[in-house]
This record gives sequence, C-alpha cells and structure tokens, in this order.
Amino acid sequence: MEKLFLSEFPELSRETLRFIKKGFDTSYRAFSREYGDTIEAVFDPVLYFLVWFEKLLQNSPWPLVLICFLAIIYFGSRKISVTVGSLFAFLLIGIFGMWEDTMSTVSIIGVCTLLSIGIGIPVGVLMAKSERAQRICTPILDVMQTMPSFVYLIPVVMLLGIGKIPGLLAVVIYAIPPIIRLTNLGIREVDSEVLEAADAFGANPRQKLFQIQLPLALPTIFAGINQTIMMALAMVVIASMIGVKGLGQPVLKAITNQYFAMGLFNGLAIVALAIIFDRVSQSFGHRIQQHRSGARE
Amino acid sequence: MSEIKIQIKNLYKIFGKNSKSALEKVKDGVNKDELLEKYNHVLGLKDINLDIKEKSIQVVMGLSGSGKSTLIRHINRLIEPTDGSVVVDGDDVLKMNDESLRNFRRKKTAMVFQRFALLPHKTVLQNTLFGLHIQNIDENEANTRARKWIDRVGLSGYEEKYPQHLSGGMQQRVGLARALTNDGEILLMDEAFSALDPLIRKDMQDILLELQDELHKTVVFITHDLDEALKIGDRIAILKDGIMDQEGIPADILLKPKTKYVKDFVEDVNRARVIKAKHIMSTINGQDISNAMVVNQDDFIDRFIDKVISEKPNCIIVKDKQDKNVGYLSSTRLAEILKR
Ligand SMILES: Nc1ncnc2c1ncn2[C@@H]1O[C@H](COP(=O)(O)OP(=O)(O)OP(=O)(O)O)[C@@H](O)[C@H]1O
Ligand SMILES: [Mg+2]
Repeated sequence: MEKLFLSEFPELSRETLRFIKKGFDTSYRAFSREYGDTIEAVFDPVLYFLVWFEKLLQNSPWPLVLICFLAIIYFGSRKISVTVGSLFAFLLIGIFGMWEDTMSTVSIIGVCTLLSIGIGIPVGVLMAKSERAQRICTPILDVMQTMPSFVYLIPVVMLLGIGKIPGLLAVVIYAIPPIIRLTNLGIREVDSEVLEAADAFGANPRQKLFQIQLPLALPTIFAGINQTIMMALAMVVIASMIGVKGLGQPVLKAITNQYFAMGLFNGLAIVALAIIFDRVSQSFGHRIQQHRSGARE
Repeated sequence: MSEIKIQIKNLYKIFGKNSKSALEKVKDGVNKDELLEKYNHVLGLKDINLDIKEKSIQVVMGLSGSGKSTLIRHINRLIEPTDGSVVVDGDDVLKMNDESLRNFRRKKTAMVFQRFALLPHKTVLQNTLFGLHIQNIDENEANTRARKWIDRVGLSGYEEKYPQHLSGGMQQRVGLARALTNDGEILLMDEAFSALDPLIRKDMQDILLELQDELHKTVVFITHDLDEALKIGDRIAILKDGIMDQEGIPADILLKPKTKYVKDFVEDVNRARVIKAKHIMSTINGQDISNAMVVNQDDFIDRFIDKVISEKPNCIIVKDKQDKNVGYLSSTRLAEILKR
C-alpha cells in the first residue's frame, strides 16, 4: 500500500476529475449559448471591415495593390533596398500562385494589428498610471504569453464557432501582450525630471500624457507593435485551423497530405511577409527615434 | 518696506511611511541621524521660517542633502509638507485644489532645473513656449513671446534645434528662456547653474543679474556655492540637515556667522570681492566729509580699495544710483572688515 502511495502521485479519482472538467465545460457552454450571439454581434463591425478590406485587396487590380504596398513600404522604411526586395518577394508570391492567400493574410494581420494597437495602448497607459492595474495585468499577460497558442482556440471556438472573427480574436489575444507591456514600460521610463518640469509649468494629466509621456514612449511602443505583428503572423497559421483564410490553410493542408513543396512555398511566403513587416516597422520606429534625438537637421 | 511675497511658516517635511508620528518625534527634538537610525524616516526640513521679499533674490545655500531642493519644491507644491504653511501673495498654496494649483503654477511661478529638464522631443522654440502652449495661448502670440526670450538669452538662430544638440550652457539658457517666457512673478531656480563649468556659469550669473535689473522678479535661487550666493543674493538662507542655521544679508552672513557650520562656510572667502560698500557703511550724521572719496553703494570693496590706499581720503562717501549720499565709510572700518 505504502509503496504504491509513494510511487504514484495521489491524484483525484477519475470520477471527480471528469466531474470537474465536465462541470467547467458545461457551464462555459451554457455561457456561450447565452451570450455567444451577443458577443458575435459586438464584433460585427470588425467583421464587416475585415471582409471589406480583404475583398479590396483581392479584387483590386494586382498592379495597383502592389504599387500601394511598395509606396507604403518606401515611405515607412525610406530604404530603396527594402522596397526593391519587397517587390521581388511579391512578384515571386504572385508567380507561384499565392497572391490571393497572401492578400487574405495581409488583411487579417492589418486588422489584428490595428485592433491590438487600439486596445493595447490604452491598457498599457492604464497600467503605467495605476499600480493596481499593473498588479492585476502583469500575471494575466504572463499567462497569455506562456499559454500554448492552441489552447486559445478552444474557448474562442466554443464561444463563437468557426470563422473569421474567432480566428481574429485568437490572434489578437495571442499577439497583444507585447504592445501592452512595452507601452507600460515606455511610459514608466520617461524621465521623472521632465515630468516634474511639466508639473511645475502647470500641465494637467492629459497634457502630460499626450505631449510628453506618449511621444517619449513612442520608440518603445513601436518596438511593441513590431513584436505584435510578428506574433500575429505566427499565430495566423495556427488560427487557420479554425477557419482563418490565408497562407495558413495551404500549410495545414500540406501537413495533412504530406505535400512538402506546397508547405515550403507557403511557409516561405509567410517568412517573406514577416521580413517585410519587420524591416518596415523597425526602420520606421528607428526614424521617429532619430527625430526625437534631433539627428534630423 | 517692500512687501513679503512668499511666506514660509513652521515648515516640516519628513520622508517616510508614517511621517505624522515621526513629526512628533522631530518636534520632541529627535535629530536627523537619530530619526533615520531609530525610526527609519528621513528628515527633509525642520521648522523652516522664511519671509521672501518681493522683487528680491533670495538665495538658499547648503551642502548636498541639506534640504534645498525639498524647500524650493514646497513653494510651488511639487512636494507636500508634513506640517506648516506656505503663503504666496496672501494665498495659502497648500489649500489650493488641483485646478487652482495648476493655475498658480502657470501664472505665478516658473522653474529652472539643475539638470535642465528640457523636453527632448521638442525644439528649442517648442520648449520655450511650452508653458504658454499648456495654457492654450494663441500660437502666434506664444511664438512672439518665446522668440523674444530666446533672443534675450542669446540663442537666436537655434530655435529649431533639439536640446541634445546644444551644450550644457546653451541648454540652461533654454531652461531660463522657458521660465522667463512664462512671465510669472516668481522664479524658482534649483541649482540652475551648478552643472555648468565656471566660465559659462559666470556668464549665466551675469545674464540673470542683468535681467533681474529690469524684470524685478522674486527669485528663489538655490546653490551650494558661497561665491555664487554672495554674488547673486540679496539675502541668503543657510540650511544644514534640514534646519535653517542663519538667514540674512550677505555681509551679515560673512561678518557675523551664527554657527560653526556657517563660519566654516565663509572662512575662506575673499571679503573684498563679495562685500559691497552699502553692506558696511554707516549713516552720515555730521562727520567731516571734506577731502572725501566717492564710491557707489553697489561697488565691491576691491573696486575702490586700491584707490583708498593711494589717495588716503579722510572718509569715503557712499552714493546710490541717483547720486544721493546714503552713507559713509571710514578707513578704520574698512581695515577692520578686511583683516582676518
Ligand atoms: N523622495 C524622497 N524620499 C526620501 N528621502 C528624500 C526624498 N527626497 C529627498 N530626500 C532626502 O531629503 C534630504 C534633503 O534632500 P534634498 O534633495 O532637498 O537635498 P539638496 O540640498 O537639494 O541636495 P543636493 O545639493 O544634493 O541637491 C536628503 O537627505 C534626501 O536624501
Ligand atoms: Mg537638490
């Protein structure tokens, strides 16, 4: 008896375990039956926007879209090399028949990034302003970042089913922590003497936030946005399991059917997108930093 | 005579969790070291009483950690006192709510900081008009006012530069221009020139004195440097470990130090260079003023001492700017002052 007790961990009986898990799932299911539709309705505007954006990218003439992309890339990075590299990457993507999927992925990444910025920056500001908010948010962010990404899919699917919005939600939940963390960090790092000067001149909290803290935190916030985009790209493949269109779906198909070449091509397209997003957002972030240190004459 | 602008009464500041109970200990006579060791609280200021006259320069001097910054930050309430009161123009600063405190800071005071505290992401011009910008003053007017002061501190041509591109001396000129653009009656300067090297520092002191001659602000000037204090101050307060050891006109501090701390401070000063005629003159009542030499009341002794030695006048008449006799000096008195 005793030997058995030590060699095997005393666990709850199977009955109890099943009871707990089942109880949890049942109540969550009840919750989602009750509120699923309402929550879905809340996201309707986002869905419309996402669909509109995706259609816009897919249905406009490809040269026009390409030119717009290259223009954005050039004005973001101010680098010919990055722009030319991107041109070749997009041409290859098109030639290998991945244009449509790439447009889907770009649109969902775009919307996810906008959502993450829209939610993440205010939350980050709140965390920076209130110690209590920081105490509450930090462990939640820790969990969000370490939880295996697949686990996000389960409650989202239970709540909203399969489709674009649940996929979008899963991506945003997965990708949002860096922007929240770095907004918080950037604001907290602002020189206290500069803030004291603002106080001494009678700035109110709003003026301090918008004229001093946010502008000075901007380079750090931008590093957060960069990380968020990268994480969103990584998650987009996983989210394709629950109906997010784009480059992730062929990858998934390639895995199940053991099509190595197909997986490789789509994988490379994702890599290309990641590199482009990264270079552009990094050199953009770098530029605002130079501007503030006065290097731009 | 002149009005009292800032009145600080029985001011105490104790840093720490339970400052109120620590306050009782301090009032019972516990000193700074003991308070820190036994009760783990830091004594910032103890029973400070200081009346600052309108349109004068009040210097607060003391070694590092003596509470100078703490004291000056009570005037615009960047720091809340543990006990006591701060009254400016008859208004109790500590009774103001957030809104009126902000207004008070915007309209009445301006501050210059030891490490400049400029906004790194704004240009010289934007930094200078920051105070006006915050008050939503019309852009054009703010611009004109800011440019005027940028010009006055000798920075025209640098309006569009960022602070990182300027030397320390130039950055502090921006700090000064920013404070002057605000046009408050009170100028708070916390070791404003301490981070600058000697020559630039002297320049800045001269600029300040020149400006003060025409602006007549109430200036509270913090320094740990006695020469600077004597050069700039109309009155000097000396702080030690949060306690005010002595307060008075420069000559009194030099000639009648009340404590050993003050004495040590003033020991090595070249008196001829810091004492002005007006500090040591006596009033005229029927002395023989024939064969007299004339000096200005604001002349330092070393400006006329050589002449006194060579001309050996009977006595020295002290005049003010309007050429009116305001006092006289005897050579005996001079010798007394200068002997060590
Ligand atoms: N926020 C604070 N918390 C705890 N102690 C403080 C705080 N601010 C100041 N002190 C303490 O109060 C005392 C006075 O500090 P203060 O900064 O006023 O000195 P100072 O005379 O301005 O010195 P310095 O010449 O170095 O600027 C010091 O012992 C300091 O350690
Ligand atoms: Mg100080």
